[in-house]
Amino acid sequence: MSSEQEQESIRCLVAKVGLDGHDRGAHVIARAFRDAGFEVIYSGLHKAPEEIVQAAVQEDVDVLGISILSGAHDTLVPKIMDGLEEYGAKEDTLVLAGGVIPDEDRDELKAQGVSAVFGPGTSIEETIEFVRENAPQR
Amino acid sequence: MRTDEELLEALLAGEHRALARVISKIENRSPGYRNLVSALYAHTGEADVIGITGSPGAGKSTLVDKLAETYRDRGETVGIIAIDPSSPFTGGAVLGDRIRMASTVGDMDVFVRSMSARGTLGGLSTATADAVKAMDAFGKDKIIIETVGAGQNEIDIVRTADTVAVLVPPGSGDDIQTLKAGILEIADVFVVNKADRDGADRTVRELQDMIQLGDGGGGIGGGDGGHHSQEVIDAHDDWDGEVDDAEGEVAGWTTPIVETVATRGTGVGDLIDEFAAHRTYLVDSGEHADQVRQRYAEEIRTLLREDVHAMLEDELADRGGIDDLAESVRAGETDPYSIAGELLAPVEDCLDELDARD
Repeated sequence: MSSEQEQESIRCLVAKVGLDGHDRGAHVIARAFRDAGFEVIYSGLHKAPEEIVQAAVQEDVDVLGISILSGAHDTLVPKIMDGLEEYGAKEDTLVLAGGVIPDEDRDELKAQGVSAVFGPGTSIEETIEFVRENAPQR
Repeated sequence: MRTDEELLEALLAGEHRALARVISKIENRSPGYRNLVSALYAHTGEADVIGITGSPGAGKSTLVDKLAETYRDRGETVGIIAIDPSSPFTGGAVLGDRIRMASTVGDMDVFVRSMSARGTLGGLSTATADAVKAMDAFGKDKIIIETVGAGQNEIDIVRTADTVAVLVPPGSGDDIQTLKAGILEIADVFVVNKADRDGADRTVRELQDMIQLGDGGGGIGGGDGGHHSQEVIDAHDDWDGEVDDAEGEVAGWTTPIVETVATRGTGVGDLIDEFAAHRTYLVDSGEHADQVRQRYAEEIRTLLREDVHAMLEDELADRGGIDDLAESVRAGETDPYSIAGELLAPVEDCLDELDARD
């Protein structure tokens, strides 16, 4: 029936996890995603991994962008990935990491299931393009 | 990728991921979503649906968070639908209500879902009503819909709720505001949140005056508006609120005013008691049946409008799109009324033919 015109919108959760209290980058990304026509849910600061998992599952987001500047990515990201797996959400969620993440840690994050790591200096356009191209088809 | 049947089964079995996915299908108008929603109806009707509205910054999200926490303490499960606006230009949105719902994190039995307005023609209120169905079928005891509170759209959405609370922050204007038509009329309960602030007493007084005047329906507000019979109003001329009329029927509902300080949880228990009292009133007075009937009537109308609209859009596309038609009006060749008449003529002919056959 022609009336079932699909109205899909890319849904993203922009998440700040752990003790790091710098959210300017997360705000910039949230706004840029909004202006790109995405629906953005922002987690707020100081979230535990399980809170991020709960939000990602309930909101059924296509994309989870984790912003970390504290250096705790190697302990926090695996916890989030495990949580997503528990709810069957790991496979079809595009997980991105952004912030201050040393090059030598990137392979480990990718092995965990993070699709891309965007370090300082990444252009917003590049990030949006990546999301458009890689957001999961469900 | 699961089939819709499997998805429905998983939802009914209490799988959160399935509930989340069903709501996405509803929002996306994914192929087959209508059958899915149809199938949900058989499993609905148990949940209390509460709408919370009020101007931006009134403290809705914080109050919803505390309500959810209190319901959870009482052993009930909660679903929350938080509505935020989207850009009319890009369709993009920042859905930020979740941030203020921190009391219940880690508790999956509080299921928070953020929604934005996609599409048009009552699409958001249809999607909201369908998402409520999904949460109801899932088994949520209480479903809270939180809206932005900025216009007529809100009124459509909160009509999905059995009980509507309107938040009125202290100092939100002079008393003429309470005489204006709109958002205040839909209240079943008024909440003066931030009641510890200056001006709260005055706001409460203004609301009391408004309720006593019985003007604008605020004092007798029902979620569906306009279905209060004159008898209910007549039976209620002393505005005592507890008096039964001669037949011993339940008197009309007098909108209570509850003062809360959501950040501290003050008054939340009282508010929950008023919600329960309104629920009891609805059921005892028979108004609930009316309300539900009107809601379904509106759903049927909305679906029909959407379908007819889609057919007409197809028809427009077949004729080369609306731009050419608009251009011909601009050029002075025709006018919108003539075009509408021409486009609808074949539809009218078809219906006439069907009538003739009967």
